[in-house]
Amino acid sequence: MTIELESFQPAEPLLQARGLVKRYGRVTALDHADFDLHHGEILAVIGDNGAGKSSLIRALSGALVPDAGEIRLDGKMVAFRSPIEAQAAGIETVHQTLALSPSLSIADNMFLGRELRRPGMLGSVCRMLDRKAMQRIARDRLTELGLLTVQNINQRVETLSGGQRQGVAVARATAFGSRVVIMDEPTAALGVKESRRVLELILDVRRRGVAVVLISHNMPQVFEIADRIHVHRLGRRLTVIDPKAHSMSDAVSFMTGARAPVEMAA
Amino acid sequence: MMTDIGNSRPGVQAFEAALEKRDTRVAEFEVLANSPLRRIQHFLHANPTAVPAIVLLIGVAAFSLIVGSRFLSAFNLSLIIQQVTIIGVIGIAQTLIVITAGIDLSVGAIMVLSSVIMGKLAITMGLPAPVALMAGIAAGAGCGAVNGMLVTRFKLPPFIVTLGTWSIFFALNLWYSASETIRSQEVAGAAPFLQWLGTPVDVYGARFTYGSFFLLALVGLVWFVLNRTAFGRHLYAVGDDPDAARLAGIRTDRVLFTVYVVAGIICALGAWTLIGRIGSISPQAGQTANLDSITAVVVGGASLFGGRGSIIGTLIGALIVGVFRNGLALSGVDVLWQEFTVGCLIIFAVALDQWIRKVSA
Repeated sequence: MTIELESFQPAEPLLQARGLVKRYGRVTALDHADFDLHHGEILAVIGDNGAGKSSLIRALSGALVPDAGEIRLDGKMVAFRSPIEAQAAGIETVHQTLALSPSLSIADNMFLGRELRRPGMLGSVCRMLDRKAMQRIARDRLTELGLLTVQNINQRVETLSGGQRQGVAVARATAFGSRVVIMDEPTAALGVKESRRVLELILDVRRRGVAVVLISHNMPQVFEIADRIHVHRLGRRLTVIDPKAHSMSDAVSFMTGARAPVEMAA
Repeated sequence: MMTDIGNSRPGVQAFEAALEKRDTRVAEFEVLANSPLRRIQHFLHANPTAVPAIVLLIGVAAFSLIVGSRFLSAFNLSLIIQQVTIIGVIGIAQTLIVITAGIDLSVGAIMVLSSVIMGKLAITMGLPAPVALMAGIAAGAGCGAVNGMLVTRFKLPPFIVTLGTWSIFFALNLWYSASETIRSQEVAGAAPFLQWLGTPVDVYGARFTYGSFFLLALVGLVWFVLNRTAFGRHLYAVGDDPDAARLAGIRTDRVLFTVYVVAGIICALGAWTLIGRIGSISPQAGQTANLDSITAVVVGGASLFGGRGSIIGTLIGALIVGVFRNGLALSGVDVLWQEFTVGCLIIFAVALDQWIRKVSA
């Protein structure tokens, strides 16, 4: 079911991090962590609680500025000081908390922080929003993803169910993520049906040539859709494994430290 | 090494086979409305200004029946509008702060300080009145900037910050004015421009002032900013969930700082309407503006927990307080019962907000 990625994979990783360090007082969340994401792949990041997965992801998405280390996008050094800068570079994140504003509408949330303005004087002088265009694009995106049966794009997010909110957050990320979409536990709050829908969405994103970073505790899901699995332990990358060559129990024993990896794969 | 769960890439998991028969309707946005009460709850949740609007209509109807034509006359109703002009303007500033889940206890002090600066510069120092007005507005912005700086840079709670600056600004006001009032005739003689918003306009027995129209224009402008610009949307997002707003790429500190400065400017505009309304410039004026503005905002349906509130709601909230005070006064009831009623209105409004909020839970 996977395409032969190796055949057209350029040597240069799409997103690369080397030696990332982040300390919070006496706690070291990132301890010289490395990270490689190749073009067009789904990379799963697994790790025990407190392994520093979230800090890694926050550093890559601009929500956290690392104390040391470097991040390269397409070989070029980048230093994101805010999520806006990462977004501008084509990196979108679905946070575990979803980062939605409950009292704003679906359309407002999708364009939060990057609203479209009216053309001409109304936009440049009065700073007036182009609500029609934003509603249209939001509706198109949600329909495309099979997440909305039209209308009600102005419904407040607080009136939606957990799965629907997840859908809005995923739609926002996929609508703008031109290179990388990072998803932090996208199925943790979802039922079986909705989880399946999100997995299909992830495969759909890859089909469009966008690389996906998937943080998950759900081993069956990780082994089903990931091309490679990055195992994070004690604030750094322990190893990267091929889900075709390893079993879930291998992954879990690496993750928990029950067993050390033989060699650095991939 | 092979185990039963991880030996291959099975595609769809076995336990998910039943999904073939799944309900394919995904994410429909229906509103569950099983009982009339829940339907009301949902309606109020979707239309936050409905409650204050209904309360206002009930209040007007009730006092019309009790007091009669003395209350329900064009002159009296327009008088109520004049009486709420200042609280309306200050309430706009307060609404902006409350939407961000903050509170500004210094609005009244900023207003009085600005009015004293306008008066002192125009009358005592003889500067042109428009220059004095601009200086007053700049002072308001400066006071707002102090609040905003303490809230964003030093991460202090808005309640504590503005409780402190309330005293500080008020003390500065007493010092700068030397506790002296500038009489109305002096203002009219030296700088009539400062009283311009008090200019009356008679329409069919109703008496409005330019200040009433100024309030409406300000309401329209701020409504536009809140609902039709990115800044307005960001304000709600910051009040709703600051972490989410930050992750979505909003510079929350910049939004917060800006809103305190804007609130300060609006308070200075309130100072201009204050001079128009009372004529004189007194360092002791507008003492109740702080709490009255919070009352208008809360009665107008805004939530002190942030993310909810509207300018139209605050305008209606100010009118409700004005109607109850005026109606009770005309009924011949002792002033203390006005205060009693306003207190009941506040508690009713907050209790209702809590109930409406449960919709989303």
